Amino acid sequence: MHVATSPAFKENAHRAIQDAGLQKALARSGPSFIARRRDAVAALPEFEELRDIARDIKNHTLANLDFYLEEWEANVIKAGGKVHWCATAEEARDAVLAICRAANARTVTKGKSMISEELGINDHLERHDITPVETDLGEYIIQLRHELPSHIIAPAFHLNKEDWEESFRKSHTDLPADRVFRERRDILTEARAKLRERFLAADVGITGANFLIAETGSSVIVTNEGNGDLTQTLPRVHIVLASIEKMVPTIEDCTSLLRVLARSATGQDFSVYTTFSTGARRPGDLDGPDECHVVLVDNGRSAMLGTDFQEMLRCIRCAACMNHCPVYGAVGGHAYGWVYPGPMGSVLTPSLIGVQQAGHLPNASTFCGKCESVCPVKIPLPKLMRHWREREFERHLTPAFVRTNLALWGFFARRPALYRLATRAAAWTLGRLGRRHGRFHRLPFASGWTGERDFPAPEGDTFFARYAREQRAGRMR
Amino acid sequence: MTKDIILAAIRRNLRRGPLPADQVAMLRGRMSQHPRQLIPARSRLPHPEQVALFVANVEKEFASVARVPDLDAVPEAVSGYLAAQNLPTDIVMAPHRELQAIPWSTRPLLRLREGRAEASDMVSLQHAFAGIAETGTLMLPSAPQRPTTLNLLADTEIVLLRSSRLVGAYEEAWDLLRSELGEMPRNVMLITGPSRSADIEQTLELGAHGPRRLHVVLVDDAPA
Repeated sequence: MHVATSPAFKENAHRAIQDAGLQKALARSGPSFIARRRDAVAALPEFEELRDIARDIKNHTLANLDFYLEEWEANVIKAGGKVHWCATAEEARDAVLAICRAANARTVTKGKSMISEELGINDHLERHDITPVETDLGEYIIQLRHELPSHIIAPAFHLNKEDWEESFRKSHTDLPADRVFRERRDILTEARAKLRERFLAADVGITGANFLIAETGSSVIVTNEGNGDLTQTLPRVHIVLASIEKMVPTIEDCTSLLRVLARSATGQDFSVYTTFSTGARRPGDLDGPDECHVVLVDNGRSAMLGTDFQEMLRCIRCAACMNHCPVYGAVGGHAYGWVYPGPMGSVLTPSLIGVQQAGHLPNASTFCGKCESVCPVKIPLPKLMRHWREREFERHLTPAFVRTNLALWGFFARRPALYRLATRAAAWTLGRLGRRHGRFHRLPFASGWTGERDFPAPEGDTFFARYAREQRAGRMR
Repeated sequence: MTKDIILAAIRRNLRRGPLPADQVAMLRGRMSQHPRQLIPARSRLPHPEQVALFVANVEKEFASVARVPDLDAVPEAVSGYLAAQNLPTDIVMAPHRELQAIPWSTRPLLRLREGRAEASDMVSLQHAFAGIAETGTLMLPSAPQRPTTLNLLADTEIVLLRSSRLVGAYEEAWDLLRSELGEMPRNVMLITGPSRSADIEQTLELGAHGPRRLHVVLVDDAPA
């Protein structure tokens, strides 16, 4: 399993800001995600209404999750599949290994799956002499470079073309060393040829699941490359890795969620391949796996039910929150230090690995609210981050310096007259001092700000004072 | 058993026991009725306009469409497409009776093999169960006469779709599938355009792992 570097978020973030390659990648890709989603949403007038429907479907399912899981399992079995219930990451790793061993597997192809990253499936298989091969293009290069994904739908978000070239030259040593990569297409073509061999040779294919459907016992994957479909169609054994909150009741419910998923994620109206898998090969079928196993994982989800964080279980992993987050946009995904970055990671990671480990993450937010406003299932991410901040404070995990200053601020905030007096005095003083340049290069107690940029001088008055004045003026008009 | 532990944890945290019988009956009823949610207005159109919407969406997603008046015109459409793209004329074809009934002998240069696709196949010919105008999507349920590998291994996939099988929204296609097939097949692929990836510098490139080209031959058999 990946060792979390989340406790070192501050150091990670500093390093990320100095990393020229990462900054180049962030500047290039960030705005395009936002523009594509905006265009897709603008083209569907019902989008806002569909967000409410998506939220309600997920809430309904979570409130009846035990029922739907049992119905779903019965339908998986009816379709010739097998369900492996796993409470912890360790149980899930062992279940996957046992299935692979029973299949005498030597190589295993894998579709993109965040739960696989969370569980640490690849390391576990490698330790037992089974070779896992990631087949999503982004996951493939991450695996070659022994890195973690930096984004939940674009794992290689942080890499530039030069990085791809370098890794391919280092890894594909059977190809001529003097070959030329003129354009991105050449990289793609090489990966296609390399991975085609792997697809054909694999003994087992492992995919994730975007949804599980109780009505039919299906699992659903959504991809653009077709790698997930090759992974689950060609080998003799197919393993689906899915966590319990992927459940939805019916195909119609799933369809409603699919309408908001691709638009929120890549800005497509629909992904290229949306595939519903239900059990194993049927009599007379000419292809498809002989065995289908679903490894169903809890790993901390059931403990979120009935808590402040239940709403996080609605998440459909579209990545809109991180695509629109100014903090993610500045530091990228690796700074968050574990599997799930951005706002959704800042809420989920403390639930899964503990607030002692991940307490920095819910603090790494400006609370601008953009994440909540684009979330297709309307998760109140800022509110949930605030809950984590409260818990961190209650458990005395907050550093003494921050606690002291919060106490000081709290003292004034509870005494409005004093608060106004103090802020007016500060604004007046700073306004006088900064009148000549309109900005400060340095300020006592504010080096965290002025170390990177100038602090604008106040114009001499506070918001409160101006607001009160304009209210009075308005009444006289 | 782990299953019981997980279910017990869910119930404990939701602060209740197993659901009461009337609630279970209500939820079972909802599943068997599988009510539709909101369906976007964009595909609620007269059939000819749905066909036009389908074609526009398919082309927007970098696939192509050839419209032909009947099944007799399919061999010419297929060989014409392959010639224009400079592609080989060996085709692996789905063993579906509608494809078998096409008068292929009018184009003797096309060499057809029926069955699943192998790694060496360059061109596949698949049979669509339905088309969905909403996003230009093909519905391809697996069956002995519709192997899944035809959608994946060939460089070029050609799909035959009859316009009478073209519906507006996904829900209408699922209704067709429920009423005609009864149960969920092993695999149902909804395909919208050829394979692609934007993993390199978030820039779209076609032809990742699946077909590089997707061509729909649309047979106009719907009553006007």
